[in-house]
Amino acid sequence: MTELDRSAWEPSRRELERRAVRRARARRDILVATVALVIVVGALVVGITSAPGWDRVRETFFDWGEAKAAFPQVIKGFGKNVVVFLIAEPCILVLGAGVAVVRSTVSPVMLPFRVLAVAYADVFRGIPTILLVYLAGIGLPALELQGLTTNTMWLGTGALVASYGAYVSEVFRAGIESIHPSQLASADTLGLSRWQAMIYVILPQATRRVAPPLLNDFISLQKDTALLSVIFVFEAMFSAQDYTNYHFNYTPLVVAAVLFICLTIPLTRFTDWVARRMMRREFAGVVK
Amino acid sequence: MLVALGCAPQDSTTASDTSSQPANQTPADCAQGKTLKDGTLTVATDSPAYDPWFSHNDPSNGKGYESAVAYAVAKQLGFDQSSVKWVKQPFNTSFAPGPKHFDFDINQISITAAREKAVTFSDGYYTAAQALIALEDSPIANVGSLADLKKYKLGAQTGTTSLTALREDVQPDSDPVVFQNTNDAKQALLNHQVDAIAADLPTAFYITAVQIPHSTIVGQFQQQSGTPEQFGMLFSKGNRLVDCVDQALANLKSDGTLDSIEQKWLSQTVSVPVLK
Repeated sequence: MTELDRSAWEPSRRELERRAVRRARARRDILVATVALVIVVGALVVGITSAPGWDRVRETFFDWGEAKAAFPQVIKGFGKNVVVFLIAEPCILVLGAGVAVVRSTVSPVMLPFRVLAVAYADVFRGIPTILLVYLAGIGLPALELQGLTTNTMWLGTGALVASYGAYVSEVFRAGIESIHPSQLASADTLGLSRWQAMIYVILPQATRRVAPPLLNDFISLQKDTALLSVIFVFEAMFSAQDYTNYHFNYTPLVVAAVLFICLTIPLTRFTDWVARRMMRREFAGVVK
Repeated sequence: MLVALGCAPQDSTTASDTSSQPANQTPADCAQGKTLKDGTLTVATDSPAYDPWFSHNDPSNGKGYESAVAYAVAKQLGFDQSSVKWVKQPFNTSFAPGPKHFDFDINQISITAAREKAVTFSDGYYTAAQALIALEDSPIANVGSLADLKKYKLGAQTGTTSLTALREDVQPDSDPVVFQNTNDAKQALLNHQVDAIAADLPTAFYITAVQIPHSTIVGQFQQQSGTPEQFGMLFSKGNRLVDCVDQALANLKSDGTLDSIEQKWLSQTVSVPVLK
């Protein structure tokens, strides 16, 4: 709203009435919302804690002593989740963008690569990630290939890259296809080759446009590092499970869950912030 | 809240009162009305059910040590073979809070004090020595002492006494590799992802004899720290049937049945070298 000369303008009596009504409504809405929140949360808390099995659940899932005892083991395992995530993420970005660019080519020479890229995206998106992780960790070493690591942490990281790379390539492709053809035409006019147009014109715009869904995939990836537990990587969830198996108490799993939340929430908020900033830029002041 | 109370019956937490039972009561009298379903004894184990504890992954065939023990206990409790019902129960949910779907779970579960906070165990029915399994052509196959094992990469299944023995008695230089189940452990050994895997001796015997060609038992060792752990049957906390099962086990021990079952299914374990 632009600044008006306030001295020359007085709100009418009717406008003042309207404002009073709006204020009253806002107050009532806040009151109703608060009461509703208290009732719903209160009912949940009372409902759960007064369940006949609650004492047993509290002992087996929320035991502070067990949480403290298991914490060193779980946090040590959690370090592996973080390392796997940090290594996998850049690899996935490069792989996904590469596959998407190859799929967007039109040159006849590139046909075999396009076919491979399509096959890759189809196959690796089709296989459940947990299966892929298992096959990579247990199956690949069975081939006894020279020079291939038998360390399941790296093999599992490779499987996550392969699986997420396929998803991310589709996200990138959607971004590339969303860029208006006039951009390509303008690049042509400026004398840029197809490749130059892709690298300098299309991809930067596409990447910015798909940043929120990409970040969303990475939040998902952070949690899927726990899948490496099936190929005996002693990461947070498996460490917690191991403690659970010896002490018959599930609290360490809750500890692992809290650690994962601590890891994902900052990225979740960052994703929201990026999305809002993009809205502000693209809609130039229409959306606040 | 009344609805919640109605659909979630409280676990019975009171320990059974043995003093009120007459001294000459048989296990069968004792078990009257204490099973999940009258006239049926519901017994649980994990799937797959491994040899030599079970046979052909079918607990109901009476073959394999634990299957035979379960049926012997059932007979003592007054249940014939056809009134024993087997259910599948993964180990890592067998101790979950809430009602259980079995009378007892027999699945090579070691009795420990920490675990007894969450469940009730029967008396032990088997004390397992631990053994290390390696491939014949591996250098570790000729190791003769626990101290010489430290430099190798060793692994065992989570939740087992074998893994505890590695962690506390062997203490290898790199943390032991932990497996979800025995099959993963076997595959990792074949893949050279570990130099040796630990398991209880009967399992080790079966693995080397039948499942992994060119594998060998490096040696057996008793758990050094504390008293050796025994396998017990797992009951929901405070289950009243446990006293009847303990009675039945005592009978089977004194009349030699348990020994003969062990002879039949776990007999080859004596000739393995002992690691110290």
